Amino acid sequence: MNIHEYQAKALFEKYGVAVPKGAAARSAAEFESALAQLPDGAVIVKSQIHAGGRGKGTFTDGFKGGVKFAKTKADALAYAKSMFNNTLVTAQTGPAGRKVQTIYFTQASDIQKEYYLAILLDRATSRPVIVASTEGGVEIETVAHNTPEKIFKIHIDPAVGLQGYQARQLAFQLGLTGDYFKNAVKLIGSLYKMFWETDAAMIEVNPLITTPDGKVLALDAKVSFDDNALFRHPDIVALRDLNEEDSKEIEASKFGLSYIALDGNIACLVNGAGLAMSTMDIIKHFGGSPANFLDVGGGASKDQVTAAFKIILTDPNVKGILVNIFGGIMDCNTIATGVVAAARELGLKIPLVVRLEGNNVAAGKKTLAESGLKLESADTMADAAQKIVKLVA
Amino acid sequence: MSIIVTEKTKLLVQGITGEFGARHTKLSLDYGTQVVAGVTPGKGGQFFEHGSHKVPIFNTVAEAVKATGATASAVFVPPPFAADAILESVDAGLDLCVAITEGIPVKDMIQVKRAMAGSKTRLIGPNCPGIVTPGTGEGSKGGCRIGIAPGYIHKKGHVGVVSRSGTLTYEAVFQLTSKGLGQSTCVGIGGDPVNGTSHLDVIKMFNDDPETWGIIMIGEIGGNAEVEAARWIKANCKTPVAGFIAGATAPAGRRMGHAGAVVGGAEDTAAAKIAVFKECGIECAATPSDMADALIRAAKANGAKLA
Repeated sequence: MNIHEYQAKALFEKYGVAVPKGAAARSAAEFESALAQLPDGAVIVKSQIHAGGRGKGTFTDGFKGGVKFAKTKADALAYAKSMFNNTLVTAQTGPAGRKVQTIYFTQASDIQKEYYLAILLDRATSRPVIVASTEGGVEIETVAHNTPEKIFKIHIDPAVGLQGYQARQLAFQLGLTGDYFKNAVKLIGSLYKMFWETDAAMIEVNPLITTPDGKVLALDAKVSFDDNALFRHPDIVALRDLNEEDSKEIEASKFGLSYIALDGNIACLVNGAGLAMSTMDIIKHFGGSPANFLDVGGGASKDQVTAAFKIILTDPNVKGILVNIFGGIMDCNTIATGVVAAARELGLKIPLVVRLEGNNVAAGKKTLAESGLKLESADTMADAAQKIVKLVA
Repeated sequence: MSIIVTEKTKLLVQGITGEFGARHTKLSLDYGTQVVAGVTPGKGGQFFEHGSHKVPIFNTVAEAVKATGATASAVFVPPPFAADAILESVDAGLDLCVAITEGIPVKDMIQVKRAMAGSKTRLIGPNCPGIVTPGTGEGSKGGCRIGIAPGYIHKKGHVGVVSRSGTLTYEAVFQLTSKGLGQSTCVGIGGDPVNGTSHLDVIKMFNDDPETWGIIMIGEIGGNAEVEAARWIKANCKTPVAGFIAGATAPAGRRMGHAGAVVGGAEDTAAAKIAVFKECGIECAATPSDMADALIRAAKANGAKLA
């Protein structure tokens, strides 16, 4: 689960990670009261959406920049009005963009130097890793590719947690001294504590900055949490912003379906994550374009299949559906009955190809054939993908 | 003959009285698996009954091991309590713990893995279909089935299958069996980012097993476990290997059902992994329908037989 920058910064402050003074406004009426919380002077106005590349983004009405430097509060107010309820398109949002429904104002900081700091899981060692670099404010992938010697990593032993020497080592590697060193060591410790206690999946601070008056501040904050651990963090679940999620994905999650919208025109309905991914792949392999990832799980009951069809059909791009079920334990005939009932109930009009394999498959195929519905049965995944691609073309 | 488990493996089931655990324990008993004990705290002294089977239930894993000599465990415990269940099986000194549970917090698994360092227990999973060593009976009965895989699609033979995905494993096994190619052992290592047994661990065991003549390795986007295994295969593996990677069309940064199936950078995309497979001499399946055929091609090129 992702959260907004202003929410992440509130968590930072709770854990003692220094951030520039800021205030968020969730309606235009709150702009002035939010700005009143900041000292006079320059202000940064930041659109709050769950996607990167905001500064270089463009709004659909032509207004440029989802993050703006304002010399005065009056300018900040004007920028906020231009951004609010406007749709921001960035390199990460896709062409549809995201509607900005929260504005975050922060006091402008005097930047001496920019750094990079992140904490995430290192899958190779199964341990948390803290990644830091002297090159901040740029894409870390670019730094890793061009100047890997400027990236420093420390792995944390989960049995004892982050040790003082590790934080000091990292601060020294970043070339920090004096107050900067002391403040950075404290900040790294606080950030790790937050990572561990909140079950964060990733915390990224880019840039982390030093100021001429000796401070070390998290200028930006990108935080995501492990979905599997949300059950023990109701305070974090409360930060979820449904406006940032695809409505079809929210609906799917209510039925225990794992759905991700894509931009193709062949919808798929599959049991199992690996099979669902490779169903998308095989559609592409035979020249089609998948409209979604959809894993109905091991069960695939009639209710789930009906819910899945409904969600699929709300996507106007969908021109055909491929159902691919490997009924290992489940009876294929039960699944076939569910598919037929769902297709009837919804008066399905677009081409449907069903590939069933596994337990009691003959009876399942018979149910499909005798349904009177306009659907095609397929024997293998390749057969199914070729059929649906042809029908949609 | 097989790796990790045989038809003689004595299994206990943690969470045997839960709906999910009970359903699959019955299927394992039908398959011929030696399910010798169940563990549900507070239900010690009761029995799990299925047909002519009467499996004793214990309060703790340690008691179950002492009374029955079980050496392996299947964990069907809900996510908040699964890490605890795994560590209980480790503490009881089991050889094998197969964690089926999906949705265990990553932090819990980081701690479990650290706590298991130096222990004799092998963990498979979590979030996995488990492990099957097929038997010689009808529908491969008489073998050892730990987990949730459909037993009847298997056939005893000489192909090893290792995969992060359950249904893709079944797809591969079904293709093999349909072509008359049996399996030595099929291992689902699970779809989570932190797991107990890696592709490489399983590949090494298959390579050392004289009865495994060919290997299908199925991976997906995210992490570098398949790449690590592929490089080892190139340097060490005598057995023909076919590979498949799911997720070529997955958008970057999105979790595709499995917690671990997410593209983090340029290195862990399907295309990058397939490129490494090819470079390492692994025969790649063009589509999931091509997995068994890819292995047949690999064996042919190698002059090896698969059955």
